[in-house]
Amino acid sequence: MANMISDETIEYVGILAKLALSEEEKEQARKDMGSMLDYIDKLGELETQGVEPMSHVFPVKNVFREDIVTNGDMREEILKNAPGEKDGMFVVPRTFE
Amino acid sequence: MAKQYETVIGLEVHVELATKTKIFCGCSTAFGGEPNTHTCPVCTGMPGSLPVLNKKVLEYAVAVGLATNCTISRYCKFDRKNYFYPDNPQNYQISQLYLPICQNGRVEIETEKGKKFIGIHEIHMEEDAGKLIHDEWDDCSLVDYNRSGVPLIEIVSEPDMRSADEVIAYLEKLRMIIQYLGASDCKLQEGSMRADVNLSVRKTGEEGFGTRTEMKNLNSFRAIARAIEGERERQIELLEEGKKVIQETRRWDDAGGESYPMRSKEDARDYRYFPDPDLVPIVIDDVFLEKIRKKQPEFREDKMRRYKEEFDIPAYDIEIITGSKHMADVFEATVALGSHPKKVSNWLMGETLRLLKEKGLDPEDVSFSPENLAKLISLTDTKAVSGSVAKEVFEIMFARDIDPEKYVEGHGLKTVNDEGTLRRTVEEVIAGNPQSVEDYRKGKEKAIGFLVGQTMKAMKGKADPGMVNKLLKELL
Amino acid sequence: MELLGMTAVELAAAIRKKEVTVLEAAKAVLSQIEEKEDMYHCYVTVDKEGALAQAAAVQKKIDEGFESPLAGVPVAIKDNMCTEGLLTTCSSKILGNFVPTYSSEAVLNLKRAGAVILGKTNMDEFAMGSTTETSAFGATKNPWNTKHVPGGSSGGSAAAVAAKECFYALGSDTGGSIRQPASFCGVVGLKPTYGTVSRYGLIAYGSSLDQIGPLCKDVTDCATIMEVISSYDPKDSTSVKRADTDFTSALKDDVKGMRIGLPKDYFGQGLDPEVKSAVQKAAKVLKEKGALVEEFDLGLLEYAIPTYYTIASAEASSNLERFDGIKYGYRTESYEGLHNMYKKSRSEGFGPEVKRRIMLGSFVLSSGYYDAYYLKALKAKALIKKAFDEAFARYDVILGPVAPTTAPGLGESLSDPIKMYLGDIYTISINLAGLPGLSMPCGLDTRGLPIGLQLIGDCFQEKKLIQTAYAYEKVRGPFGGREEKVHGKAI
Repeated sequence: MANMISDETIEYVGILAKLALSEEEKEQARKDMGSMLDYIDKLGELETQGVEPMSHVFPVKNVFREDIVTNGDMREEILKNAPGEKDGMFVVPRTFE
Repeated sequence: MAKQYETVIGLEVHVELATKTKIFCGCSTAFGGEPNTHTCPVCTGMPGSLPVLNKKVLEYAVAVGLATNCTISRYCKFDRKNYFYPDNPQNYQISQLYLPICQNGRVEIETEKGKKFIGIHEIHMEEDAGKLIHDEWDDCSLVDYNRSGVPLIEIVSEPDMRSADEVIAYLEKLRMIIQYLGASDCKLQEGSMRADVNLSVRKTGEEGFGTRTEMKNLNSFRAIARAIEGERERQIELLEEGKKVIQETRRWDDAGGESYPMRSKEDARDYRYFPDPDLVPIVIDDVFLEKIRKKQPEFREDKMRRYKEEFDIPAYDIEIITGSKHMADVFEATVALGSHPKKVSNWLMGETLRLLKEKGLDPEDVSFSPENLAKLISLTDTKAVSGSVAKEVFEIMFARDIDPEKYVEGHGLKTVNDEGTLRRTVEEVIAGNPQSVEDYRKGKEKAIGFLVGQTMKAMKGKADPGMVNKLLKELL
Repeated sequence: MELLGMTAVELAAAIRKKEVTVLEAAKAVLSQIEEKEDMYHCYVTVDKEGALAQAAAVQKKIDEGFESPLAGVPVAIKDNMCTEGLLTTCSSKILGNFVPTYSSEAVLNLKRAGAVILGKTNMDEFAMGSTTETSAFGATKNPWNTKHVPGGSSGGSAAAVAAKECFYALGSDTGGSIRQPASFCGVVGLKPTYGTVSRYGLIAYGSSLDQIGPLCKDVTDCATIMEVISSYDPKDSTSVKRADTDFTSALKDDVKGMRIGLPKDYFGQGLDPEVKSAVQKAAKVLKEKGALVEEFDLGLLEYAIPTYYTIASAEASSNLERFDGIKYGYRTESYEGLHNMYKKSRSEGFGPEVKRRIMLGSFVLSSGYYDAYYLKALKAKALIKKAFDEAFARYDVILGPVAPTTAPGLGESLSDPIKMYLGDIYTISINLAGLPGLSMPCGLDTRGLPIGLQLIGDCFQEKKLIQTAYAYEKVRGPFGGREEKVHGKAI
């Protein structure tokens, strides 16, 4: 495998992605990511000098809304699926130190 | 020792735009709603919801860019900034990194040290986050997404400022431009304008930059000035002790006069920006740009110059009146209705400022109409009401924008010009104040002032003081 | 005609002619579901009561004169499209209890056309997979042979159509997720041109690649459903205004002069010989009917998969950040603080394949790797698109296989991700280029499993695909139900 993924990398990506992997999962992730990256490295063979990166396949542009209020009070719907709700708000673990 | 160091400051200014709806959905941006009553699937990150750009946001951003001498990008895109935090419902913020809407601008500021240009690196559009409220009772936090998705522009300056004075002059300048555009009310206290300060220090004469820190939570000019001084001292102290400044984000605690590092190791500060595939590129053509350009207002400097030429009012008055676009609008509209500029200016500089101060309001909050102010001025011009009655009426007009003509009529406040009535009152006053009469007759000219006052009081202010004066002199 | 054997269009006609009531149709299909679900597991949620209520309501509307080509026909919806008041899970534990308060635009279009929604079909978790085995709620089995997978990620939808547990279904296709299960289950599937069907309410996997499309019994159904679900939606910025959505006008048995290109690299190494010969036979049929068929070099095939997995994983890693245990869905039982809550909820809520792609996507976007991986992939995408542009200057339709093999056995694919990803090789570049692709059965292999034929068109050229497919179908004859002859058992 050309791409050796370190434990630190897996740890770091876990922080970015907010995933806590078990030791076993980490080992698997190292292996999988390494082989996926080896595979992706194939793109290195492609000559892309001067090629514009393409995000959208069509030249769609300038899609706008007018500045008009269209939504009413949807609080009940918005909170319907909340795991924790209090006083019309979503409950989360404390964020202040 | 500290004098050997120069402070280098750059600002990231967030401005909430005065749109009716959020940047990517049709929810209201109005303040003061019950929590989460101005939300929908889009601004709460519900699965399957998609953003659509509010055109007004683009128009405001371009207008601010033009007013700050920026180059407007003819092709721009939105990117996602990925980070987890509960006030950010998608856990990514839609912002612009790679192709922001405006670049390479500058504004001129003036401080005691003279004039100077501050460069603007870029202006980009983005969405605001929701609000977190700490619940002591249950030891948790609560999230309200009413502000989530409110449109912001972020104005990123070059590191061109060297002192708190320059920073404040720059902020005042931005605020004035944006208020003139009507793009935002720019209130620091209410958070519709927020400034993050990037600061580093370097030995005077050095070319390179030192390591900078970013300071947040600055919600007044005073806090900004104090935070700059505090951070400057902190960094110099570190360097003098042979330690290093760490590049980090710090939170300013204005009450304690100190700043604290804000993030933990769980915040990797690696935002993984990439173009948002849910939004399409914006292509700006000449027609669009010209439309915005044509709508640009006369900005403050031009207005001041014009006032100086057109109106015979003191330079100080011009400075104050043009210091608020709204005030200037009221001034011009009232003058256009035929009122004398100096008289309009007097009402604005005197009673208006006094009442604003008394009620803790901003010039932007002035709510009386130019029509009514013009009517009031005309009532005093024709001596239909006395000065004291006019002030009384103005106070009511200031609060409720009433029609002064109707009010004066309805409350019987018109000046009494009937000489018979007036003469009778004057006679009564003379009879009731023998001491003052005697004083006056002995040559104490001032005593007549008291008698005029007494007469006006008896007339409940509805007399022409000139006429009272004349009658008194005649009868004494 | 046996009710369950009807196509959607046939059933709608029978309802119009009052030969069948909507309620009868709904009851028939619900009892089929009851009977077969244990065997195939096509659905995550069956909304029996809701379906019966809708059936009664639609019948009333029809009696009052409502007309629509699909009015009263029961349909199944892939479980990644939001349905108001109906559980929508993406076959994931993290959305195991999510009941949307809004419906996706495609579903609303169906409702407006008088569809009766039966329930939500099983899928690979968040549409990540090619077998429907990554579902948190168990795998779906292939109705042609229950030891095999139905394909994925829209495996539940494809299997439900094949098993007559619905008359047609909606699926979504990010890298082949409609076409490949359609191929494995012997049904017709179409991935429309990007932007043709609104993505509003479709729970995103790879936003720049996702499209909703039909899975159905024949080409006529396909064109009819497309007319109903295609719409310009101002809520989806990537939605395209099209004036040419009269897809049924292309149901013409005529391919004279149709220029059909067979990319040589689609018939090369790795392609199962039985699949190859069936697809080539289909090409021959079209040639005999007057199409101009020739081979050509498309190129870049080997770069499609790395390009796709970079872009799709990157977008997915961001799209799936919103599943954090705060606003909806699964929240872990116990946690210490905010970040621990995030990590535990997500780690317990997502399955291994989803985590694998989130990790990869987060990595390719992370500081220092963006240019080398993500930007490079966007450039490769531009080259792939260019290769198709050049091909479509010469051909009306590109013809090839859908997948290198027929449906693999259960449990064979998941062990080696790269091998599984290779199964998408013929479908993936179509999504990268935003093109329409149609999959239809063109034979059975010796094990009795269906083989799929893929027709690829230039952007907005669905009609050419429909016309070609319709002409081929006329020669091929009916396909559904053939499994009964093969296995001697009824479905």
